[in-house]
Amino acid sequence: MAKKQIMPLWFYQLASPKYCYQITSKLLPFFACAALALMSVGIVWGLLFAPQDYQQGNSFRIIYIHVPSAILAQSIYITMALSGAIGIIWKMKIADMVAYACAPIGASMAFIALMTGAIWGKPTWGSWWVWDARLTSMLILLFLYFGVMALYSAMENNANAARATAILALVGLVNIPIIKYSVDWWNTLHQPATFTLTEKPAMPVEMWLPLLVMLIGFYCFFATAMMLRLRNEILRREKRAGWVKKMITKT
Amino acid sequence: MLNAFWAELKRDLLLAFRRRGDLLNPLLFFVMVAALFPLGVSPAADFLAKLAPGVLWVCALLSALLSLDYLFKSDYEDGTLEQLLLSSESSYMLAMAKTIAHWLTTGLPLTVLAPLLAVMLFLPTQAIGVLVLTLLIGTPTLSLIGAIASALTVGLKKGGVLISLIVIPLYIPVLIFGASAVQNATLGLPVSAHLAILGAMLILSVVLAPFAIAASLRMSVSN
Repeated sequence: MAKKQIMPLWFYQLASPKYCYQITSKLLPFFACAALALMSVGIVWGLLFAPQDYQQGNSFRIIYIHVPSAILAQSIYITMALSGAIGIIWKMKIADMVAYACAPIGASMAFIALMTGAIWGKPTWGSWWVWDARLTSMLILLFLYFGVMALYSAMENNANAARATAILALVGLVNIPIIKYSVDWWNTLHQPATFTLTEKPAMPVEMWLPLLVMLIGFYCFFATAMMLRLRNEILRREKRAGWVKKMITKT
Repeated sequence: MLNAFWAELKRDLLLAFRRRGDLLNPLLFFVMVAALFPLGVSPAADFLAKLAPGVLWVCALLSALLSLDYLFKSDYEDGTLEQLLLSSESSYMLAMAKTIAHWLTTGLPLTVLAPLLAVMLFLPTQAIGVLVLTLLIGTPTLSLIGAIASALTVGLKKGGVLISLIVIPLYIPVLIFGASAVQNATLGLPVSAHLAILGAMLILSVVLAPFAIAASLRMSVSN
């Protein structure tokens, strides 16, 4: 009797490096075009056409970079930890590679969020940096990314490196709710969440619509960058496989 | 299951007491680093009193970090760890026993030594009790979190700096609540909220960390 499948079929299909390579080559142009289109529309709309803030003037416009990158830094961390967990549970090589592909992208997003926040903080709060809960927990997130990357590069065996970083990423997952709720739990200088799915935003439509476009653009950009790194990693690790050799000799 | 736990705990403590030099090193480090601050920053009593809560906590954290390198190393090198993991006993209890032994030989002596340093750094007397209490609740958390990193890196030749990189981000929350509880105590403010959060972190890590430690040890041994 065939073993019962717990997960849908595509989940098992994705576990095959060859299938994953083929499917990402179909998905990649779609996400790349979407990222390019959405981000260029969003950035022009946000920087040129969105109305000025009545208190902060033009300096508020940095949120069109700051908020998406901060949200992405957290989403990418969750993606990394979850795919690491999938890698441990199902021993799926592709999931390990996804986790590996995520780390540097997430670290750069966290860095961009901290940098743009500092640039915005100088004219608005009067200082580049304050040690408040949101900023500190975001800094910890950046350190966690660095730790994961350092651990990965210290290990020679791919399978062990994937297991080790997955465990570390899962332990560090505790930090995500702390970042998310830091603005609610503590009296911080940082304002509460700009975006919530359930409530009406405090900004007018003309201001948050470009932000939404930018956010979706950032997600598409992440998908593109992640798939590019993933495909490289698949080729690097499967370089002895028949289909890779065939593909290279054909072109 | 409990028999194995006690046997492992007793063995680790015995091994630690047979190498008394190693036992003293983190404590000496704690004292020496704390002594650097009056010399390097300022010996003025009112200034040091303000600095003391943070300095004492950071020193405790660093010396806990220092001792992590040896936590599983010798057992890994002579193959004991592999045998322990191969045995039918629960690896959760094994990880717990080893971590408790680590805390008893590093965290607890640090906590006992802390009042002495607190007096040297002019920490107000009403805060000394809180300092000891926060260290008593906080250092087991440090041992548990640190043991995860130690287990992850035990198979590597160059573990030292890497452990710090992995562990420091995870130590920051403990440091924040520990140090600010002592800070509050020096100002005569209530500390129960901070102590409650430290306690919550301890409970969470007691429940979850041994799973991560055991999984990491299994990963390191399979190398």
